[in-house]
Amino acid sequence: MAPQRTISIAGENALIVYFGDTPSEAIAAEIAATASQLRIILDDTLVDLVPSYASLLVIYDPFKTDHHAVRKAIRKALNTPIDPDSNQSASLVTLPVYYSIESGPDLQSLADNAGLTIEDVITIHQQSEYRVYAIGFAPGFAYLGELDPRIAAPRLATPRQKVPRGAVAIADRQTAVYPAESPGGWNLIGLCPQLMFDPSLEPSTPVQVGDRVRFKAIDRETYLDMGGLL
Amino acid sequence: MSSGLKVLQPGIFSLIEDAGRFGHHGIGLTSGGPMDPQAFQWANRLCGNPLSAAAIEITVGGLILEATVDTTIAITGATVPFSINRQTRELWQSHPLKVGDRIELGFALSGSRSYLAVAGGFTIKPIFNSAATVTREALGGLHCDGTALQAGDLLPCSVNPARQQLRVPENQRPDYADNSALLRVILGYQQQAFSTVSQQRFFSSEYRVTESSDRMGFRLKGPAIQSTLDGILSEGICLGAIQVPADGQPIILLNDRQTIGGYPKLGSVLSLDLGKLAQLLPGGSVRFEAISIEQAHNALLLSQQRFNDAVLETLTTDFDDDEKDEKGEEGG
Repeated sequence: MAPQRTISIAGENALIVYFGDTPSEAIAAEIAATASQLRIILDDTLVDLVPSYASLLVIYDPFKTDHHAVRKAIRKALNTPIDPDSNQSASLVTLPVYYSIESGPDLQSLADNAGLTIEDVITIHQQSEYRVYAIGFAPGFAYLGELDPRIAAPRLATPRQKVPRGAVAIADRQTAVYPAESPGGWNLIGLCPQLMFDPSLEPSTPVQVGDRVRFKAIDRETYLDMGGLL
Repeated sequence: MSSGLKVLQPGIFSLIEDAGRFGHHGIGLTSGGPMDPQAFQWANRLCGNPLSAAAIEITVGGLILEATVDTTIAITGATVPFSINRQTRELWQSHPLKVGDRIELGFALSGSRSYLAVAGGFTIKPIFNSAATVTREALGGLHCDGTALQAGDLLPCSVNPARQQLRVPENQRPDYADNSALLRVILGYQQQAFSTVSQQRFFSSEYRVTESSDRMGFRLKGPAIQSTLDGILSEGICLGAIQVPADGQPIILLNDRQTIGGYPKLGSVLSLDLGKLAQLLPGGSVRFEAISIEQAHNALLLSQQRFNDAVLETLTTDFDDDEKDEKGEEGG
């Protein structure tokens, strides 16, 4: 049985659908399916959608529709059985990472705290297939879960003023690639040469919410050849 | 393109804004757009533009421009000294410009954000379908990279000499002088996690705008309110959402907010009242009033109707002889 899903008011032109209390693969798939249904049903009355870990914010045009109609549309979308093949449309994206002390300044301390070697951390980070649970914080910042608990690590006590673009990072049971230079408190374990947000490209992000991601180690030379900066 | 308005002095913080950037929250792009949409729309309407045309949002003031084109401008919003070629001019009405004219804005006397629109709008290359400048995202604006206006920028616009001079009727203009706002709130999100006592305190207290208020959000200070939640799974944040972190001091999330966040929220402020909030200076007074979603929709429709029904006043057109006898009615 699907867990009880609830629809709440968020604002004058927004309803938020809650799919459960804890993020999971099943919920992520359901959110992606509901979002694509709503794009069709709501059509030009839809302004924007914000999928996240276990919720979907639906922003509508209050001059074209109202919350009763949107609620109805959401119920209809929720009751549409998920096409088992629809998950095929979620891409599997492989992101190259140059893991090293040079590119990942927190690799050593993370390994030490976990009682592992650096090589173990690098291997474990590549073993999982991650789900894009949400994109936010900055354009293209994809929250990937769930990280193997053996290499989970709390955020830094003092965030860095500057995290470089492409930094591959860990916080709690999540991992991410910083799309642009910014302040940040996640543990840095490597650098990815793939741009996570490029406004000149279509699509401008290599991943969408609901996609799956794998990491693959590359060496220093390959990283630089792919346009990575050190 | 060489015709437009040249920035001689950018002022404290002046941004190109259009109605905002929509449809891209899913990849983390916020909406941007004018903090006081009513003033922004009036400025565009005075210039005969679509209501979403790109204009300048001037925070606090200090902007000086020079025209390299014959066109028409209008400034609305905060009460700010405004002159063309050192002659004082009125806000809330359109003014003709000739090549070489110098437009000068002083600093706001009441309110904090002004809007300068030009006939035909500024011709700005859109990024993700919008010219809206979002500094934090390095997106939008003249150079598409989120930078505020700089001295030397040429803001492109077409030749558009005024045919008639228009004015917003006095009774349609907002008054920012008392530096206070009553904000209507649609309860929602984690409202049930806030106790009745906390909600009563919230709706019966006065809050003050703090210095840490910007285009992302306005941080308020006043009686603390508490929810039973420490944090929530990050979820989508809509415009006007009232976020309450652990210290119990509400933050109203505005145009440049993050698209997702993990603090409990009590509901959202009606968009019609956000312009008033955005005009407040630090120390400004804020009170809240709960309304239903039906009341919110009615208020939105009524406000749109009133705006559309309002008729701009036509001034004499002595700057343009052959149009002198025209007593045009502006239809909106």
